Amino acid sequence: MNTKVFDDWRGQPLDEILRLCRDHVEDSDYSPVQRWRDAGGKVLGHFQVYFPEEIAHAAGLLPVKIMGASLEPTAADSRFGSYLCSVIKTSLELALSDNIQLDMFVSHPICDAARNLAAIWGRNYDYPCHILYLPQNPNSGHSVEYLRGEYDRIKRTIEEVAGREVTDEALRNSIGVFNENRRLLRELYDIKRETPWLLAAEDAYCLMAIGGMIPCEEHNEILAHALPLIREKSGRAEDRIRVVYEGAFCEQPPVDLIRMLGRTTYIVDDDFVIGSRFILDDVDASGDPLERLAHAYVEQSSYSPVQHDLRKLKEDMLLRRFRAARADAVIVSAAKMCEPGLEEQVAYTYGLDAADVPYFVSEFEENQNSFDQLELQVETFVENLLFA
Amino acid sequence: MTEDLVGRGNKDGADLFRQWFTSLDETANNGDQAAYVFVMGSINEILKAFDLPVVFPEINSLQTAVRRVAHEYLDVAEDYGYSPDICGYVKADVATQLQDGLHPMGRIPKPTIAVLTNACNTYIKWAEIWERMHNIPIFTLDVPGTRNEGGQTWQGDRDFENDRKYVAAQLRELIQLCEKVTGKKFDIDKFREVLGYANRMSTGWSQILELNRSKPAVFNALTDGTIFLGVANGFRGTEEGAVYFEQLAQELKYKVEHGIGTLMDEEIYRLIFVGVPCYPIFRRFNELFTEWGGSFINSTYLWFASGGTNRGFQYDLDNPIDSLAEGVLISVRDAMDSMFHQEPMIEDMIDEYSVDGVIFHPIKSCRTVSTGLADSRRHLTERLGTPSLFIESDMMDRRVVSEAQMKNRIDAFFEGLASRRQQATHA
Repeated sequence: MNTKVFDDWRGQPLDEILRLCRDHVEDSDYSPVQRWRDAGGKVLGHFQVYFPEEIAHAAGLLPVKIMGASLEPTAADSRFGSYLCSVIKTSLELALSDNIQLDMFVSHPICDAARNLAAIWGRNYDYPCHILYLPQNPNSGHSVEYLRGEYDRIKRTIEEVAGREVTDEALRNSIGVFNENRRLLRELYDIKRETPWLLAAEDAYCLMAIGGMIPCEEHNEILAHALPLIREKSGRAEDRIRVVYEGAFCEQPPVDLIRMLGRTTYIVDDDFVIGSRFILDDVDASGDPLERLAHAYVEQSSYSPVQHDLRKLKEDMLLRRFRAARADAVIVSAAKMCEPGLEEQVAYTYGLDAADVPYFVSEFEENQNSFDQLELQVETFVENLLFA
Repeated sequence: MTEDLVGRGNKDGADLFRQWFTSLDETANNGDQAAYVFVMGSINEILKAFDLPVVFPEINSLQTAVRRVAHEYLDVAEDYGYSPDICGYVKADVATQLQDGLHPMGRIPKPTIAVLTNACNTYIKWAEIWERMHNIPIFTLDVPGTRNEGGQTWQGDRDFENDRKYVAAQLRELIQLCEKVTGKKFDIDKFREVLGYANRMSTGWSQILELNRSKPAVFNALTDGTIFLGVANGFRGTEEGAVYFEQLAQELKYKVEHGIGTLMDEEIYRLIFVGVPCYPIFRRFNELFTEWGGSFINSTYLWFASGGTNRGFQYDLDNPIDSLAEGVLISVRDAMDSMFHQEPMIEDMIDEYSVDGVIFHPIKSCRTVSTGLADSRRHLTERLGTPSLFIESDMMDRRVVSEAQMKNRIDAFFEGLASRRQQATHA
């Protein structure tokens, strides 16, 4: 489909482009998605963390990341119990409140709440609501073959929704589009790491996160246009500590929280919307594209507390991220009530202690709107490091 | 005859349970090998073939709650750094590990290997803790579950075959790992023998569930059922386990034939329990219902905490490994269905077991079981109008268990049931 769902940025200066991205990311109305639907397009919503969007893209669907929003789960509250993270509730709320309309929903067994979400969604909507069983034993010699079959299964459902066949050629084309996106996001993170003073933390975040609700080609265009402008900016490094932010693999901290952190630190690496960058390198588009996608998930992927892999002990992976980013400290965060995040926090802190890396532990919620106390704590932490 | 038979299941079950913990204590004190496993997909079938004693940390943890010392364990784990908002079973086990296996039922041995499935995601995070604490191999048997409600596939379907091959390949990899860990060669004949015992247990387990269709119910799914579950998990793949369930089925048949119910008084309301029991006040919780003549005749707990044994899957001893793969896939998937997609099962049960009410008991500790219960209840009410009660508490943490509040709601629920019945009589 040739419809542009987010076109306002064209011809605008960089600051305005960044503002427009921020507005869309902070709004819960998903207006670009609505524009896609208004033009007759179909939408596949997938919950965090990773989904092979290439398959939906190849079918002509718009893959949209369902990752909660800053809104009150008024209708969703009655579908859930009390002791749950916010993102589970607000994600469903997005649909119940008609902020977003889908033609298919996919969740993943990333955690016990997320696995329930597909069933709950399915009881409330007639369109296909599936769980994609990404392998939790990627160390099995059979995991790639299994995942290839699982991708084929989800492809068949997507084809039914799209009303058209997904050919290998279309998949290869989509892999190419997403490879370009991965390359541009790596470039964005290079800027964060090498010249973090050129781009505010919240702007870097929104420039990436906008990709969750627009076609990948459009995201590529924005990034390709904005990244050179960012590099051209003048600016000087300030005396701030370089931090890695860890703990936002699923529920996202509010943009204001990222902004607050960016006032006193440089966030030089993080796991914000890590699903967008989960595949670390280009996916080989030759041969069997589903097999190549499956292989990439098992062999070329990043890490998160919800992907179990014996080769990726999470505290070791965090230390690797910390060292690669030449950071001074780590902000070890977790969404409130997030079981895997809170459990991993313990492993992270013991691992960082052993490596003598300074860290700051916190919890957040996507709907949080007061940061005074947290800001005071972060400032104290930073001062302790700067003036130690 | 009656004196010998009635009550035998509970007594023998309790005896076996104590014997099991005594043997674990000996294993710990001798420094012998042990395997840590979970109730949904313990893969006892392979571990027993290697003579590995099995430890179920979930059962250890719930025992601390039943024995009213869970808070001491939770405190130790929270002091170590674990949040009050995570699974209480995990925390009680962390405290057990930190205290060198200290447990009210005897010392718990350290793991030599941990085998887990993905039936509960917390299993995976939990095993990662042991991986760090004990530097042991952990094996995640990944069992793909149902993708969408009613979308289960079966033998011959290409998606089922894709899952089955994956499970079978992993089981073969697990056997290799067990050979390495134990230094023993895999004995296929011993494995067949273990599968044979498991088959007998599965038959018995499905029989006893069926027998509770009778009026009055012959066992309480919540209290007696928990004893049965202890044996079903700890003794799966053993002769004692097989014999126990055959005798239990015999006892319950006798009770059916003689109209011997589980309540001292008349059974007035037949209830289903959905969720995990409230172990911090285990007996009292049940009494809050039985005092009104309410009897728990079945529960989703008896399905998922038995790892789907309720399906009664029979292994083909001529094709043992592939058959185990198929059985694990179908049974563990069923266990997951009874947590994520349980409505069809509950609806069938309401009809087949003449159910008067459904008790939903989501708990703070377990998002696996609890996340979807409010929505499930909502749909059940819309579709069938069956009376139901939704009460939240916990399986471990007494800080979120309010008996007085529970009693108020339970009393109101029964008053509603009584009034509904009265209206139906007058209509």
